[in-house]
Amino acid sequence: MATELESPRRVAISSDNDIVHARAQARDMSIALGFSSTDATLVATAISEVARNLVVHAGGGDLVMTAVADGVKTGLTIEASDRGPGIRDVEAALGSRYTGRGGLGLGLPGARRLMDDFSVDSSAESGTVVRMTKWRIIDELERLRQRRSRDGLPQGARDGTR
Amino acid sequence: MDVPILQQGDVLIASVQSDLSDMQVTRLRDELTTLVGSSRATGVVVNVSGMDVIDSFTARLLRSIAEAARMRGAMTYVVGIRPEVAIALVHFDVDLAPLQTALDLDEAMHLLRQRRHRHASNGD
Repeated sequence: MATELESPRRVAISSDNDIVHARAQARDMSIALGFSSTDATLVATAISEVARNLVVHAGGGDLVMTAVADGVKTGLTIEASDRGPGIRDVEAALGSRYTGRGGLGLGLPGARRLMDDFSVDSSAESGTVVRMTKWRIIDELERLRQRRSRDGLPQGARDGTR
Repeated sequence: MDVPILQQGDVLIASVQSDLSDMQVTRLRDELTTLVGSSRATGVVVNVSGMDVIDSFTARLLRSIAEAARMRGAMTYVVGIRPEVAIALVHFDVDLAPLQTALDLDEAMHLLRQRRHRHASNGD
């Protein structure tokens, strides 16, 4: 089960300027988490797709970005939620049955391909929640560094042996 | 904040300096399409090296810039797509085949010149 690393960042989305802002936030947060520039761009692009859905189809909504950790992985989870009319056919919106202009034109198939985990919950009553995560494997050196900052000095350094 | 558009000979050059909102990209398309006529341009270069993110909406708009300019008799090159952005674009279903690309402004200008010479010699 993934645990939260720090308090989530919330971005309210109601206009197309907010979409630009959300992209920049996603990029910054990805880079801060140690994602490569390429992966940070993929995350920012996926954010852009789901943020636009909030504006165009739901009259606005919320993006919540959370740094998460799961064993040897660290990641960024993004939740886009709205109180809009809901997506009637999620399967179709994900583009698995339609080709051409990306499913129903909601940008979800692109976002799904850009991220690692992806899920959509939608109903006419409660609106839509898109939850997606990009993962990064923590390398050996980082793990060591994390252990040190958690436990203080390593055993070897304290008693003078290696 | 809006995208500056310069004219060099019969080529219009739009240099995108930063990430654009949907409205700004749409406005860029409308302006370029109009300018192609009023400036009698035969070439358009859109430099996107200032863009951190090109998502499916912007990609579609870039394509529509190229298609609209073509209707008006001008050839469009999109230049300066960053490597990360190129990788992201590959994930989309948007058909970008109608979009001509070049690495940078110099290369696009060179290709447009070549095209003009070819046309001139065919015309005679």
